[in-house]
Amino acid sequence: MIQLIDVSKTFISDNVSVHAVKDVNLTIDQSEIFGVIGFSGAGKSTLVRCINLLERPTKGQVLIDGVDLLQLKERDLRLHRQKIGMIFQQFNLLASRTVFENVAFPLKHRGISKDKIKEKVLSLLDLVGISDKLCSYPSQLSGGQKQRVAIARALASDPSILLCDEATSALDPQTTKSILKLLKDVNRKLGITIVIITHEMSVIKEICHRVAVMENGNVVELNDVISTFSNPQASITKDFINSTSTLSRIDELIQEKSDIVKLNQGERIWRLDFYGSETKEPIIAYISNKYNISPSIIFANVEVVSDTVLGSIIVLVTVSDQIEKDVIQYLNDKQIKVEVIKYA
Amino acid sequence: MLDLLEKYTPNLLDYSDEFVKSISETLQMLFLSGTYSFIVGLFLGTLLVVTRKGNILENRAVHRILDGVVNLFRSIPFVILITALIPLTKLIVGTFIGVKGTIFPLVVGCTPFFIRQVDMALSDIDNGLIEAAQSMGLSPLGIIFRVYLKESIPALARSTTITTISLLGLTAMGGAVGGGGLGSFVIRYGHNRFYQDITYVSVIVILIFVTIIQFIGNIIIKKTSH
Repeated sequence: MIQLIDVSKTFISDNVSVHAVKDVNLTIDQSEIFGVIGFSGAGKSTLVRCINLLERPTKGQVLIDGVDLLQLKERDLRLHRQKIGMIFQQFNLLASRTVFENVAFPLKHRGISKDKIKEKVLSLLDLVGISDKLCSYPSQLSGGQKQRVAIARALASDPSILLCDEATSALDPQTTKSILKLLKDVNRKLGITIVIITHEMSVIKEICHRVAVMENGNVVELNDVISTFSNPQASITKDFINSTSTLSRIDELIQEKSDIVKLNQGERIWRLDFYGSETKEPIIAYISNKYNISPSIIFANVEVVSDTVLGSIIVLVTVSDQIEKDVIQYLNDKQIKVEVIKYA
Repeated sequence: MLDLLEKYTPNLLDYSDEFVKSISETLQMLFLSGTYSFIVGLFLGTLLVVTRKGNILENRAVHRILDGVVNLFRSIPFVILITALIPLTKLIVGTFIGVKGTIFPLVVGCTPFFIRQVDMALSDIDNGLIEAAQSMGLSPLGIIFRVYLKESIPALARSTTITTISLLGLTAMGGAVGGGGLGSFVIRYGHNRFYQDITYVSVIVILIFVTIIQFIGNIIIKKTSH
């Protein structure tokens, strides 16, 4: 378990202080996949470095399984760091060493026998699915393969925590998916706690259980991923969520006064947000029958987040004020959020 | 063959014993001062890098002093340095002439150059690698040997090659002010007595040395770069 208590980090350079992280309180449970999202400069990389003290917080406590790392001596801190693996955006493999030697790197000079190291390295390479590249050098590998090696290396000393600093940001979407799947497998098989730093909401959506949204060094929102997606609070969170769907196009279209959103008398544009259990009911069909309206779908976006359906549709509908009120009431009863985006 | 040599290099043949001795002296100076400079330069160069701001053993005082001393010695022309060092050389090795008396000034002249080369080589190591090593719980000493030095072997091989070649140049200059070796040989005969054949053959010998050093350097660089 990771506990950050009132953690702040201030950088001072040339008499200007930058508050990278401000009074952050977080508890990350054992075996959880925890995401931290934010734009660049939000302080998320600094925050994750405060967990293994690559950055020493200016203030606060960092408890790993109850041990305050800030109170440890250098030597003990190093021992604790061995139990916190870390992977990076730029992989940080050692170019002069083979894949095998890279993974064996953290195990050497620790009094572990050669045979044991070999056995461990081979099993790790098998786990990350890259056994055939044993004798290759990093320069001969693709980005995805490099990150697999980095993951194997980070897991070599059987850590209980794996920190991922923008681990997929340098990878193409397909490779990102495969690396995220690997992290998910690792989490399931080894029960390891994973902390993921990213600026991509799709990464959070793909594997995280909970997410913290950071802005200007503060955690502005902290919730499980489904709640965050279905009911975002902070405006920055909404921005992030919009970035993953095509729905924000509607705002642009309205601004551009596109023909698609040109309304005749009595027409309205609604946005319906739904998630979870109601998604199986034929809501649209039902309201068109009951209220004798014919909504036409302009945009739709449906996602599956942690096995929950999460969707939004934007419809154009001709309806009177009175009926609109009834329909919205009905939909709200069904836990569907309705927003009137535009009316004529 | 001998006829040919007699025809083109008459003076060299007269002094062939001294010529061979000079070559061996040059090699001695190169090897001994090179070895000392390598050890001292590698140590101080590494120290210069790791004590720099933001690096693993950040230490402003040590870094500043070292940096200043390196700059100071780098800016003194070697011929002047060797003269200025005479009292110190005499104190340390007992004499300031011959091969023995030249090695100390050579080390002092060559090491700062090599320190800068080491500095450049190690500074090229991506900070991410250092961070990764720290996150694995490596000690500063472990990071120095297993990341900084090991990962920059190709760059260090390149620096060592360049430094060795420039050191070869310094040994000749050492010869000019009382040292031995090819430098003093050429000055005594090629320059003072105007035996041009001696000068040209010596140039060819030096050229061969440089070629061999560069060749060995290239092999090491090639073998260690991946």
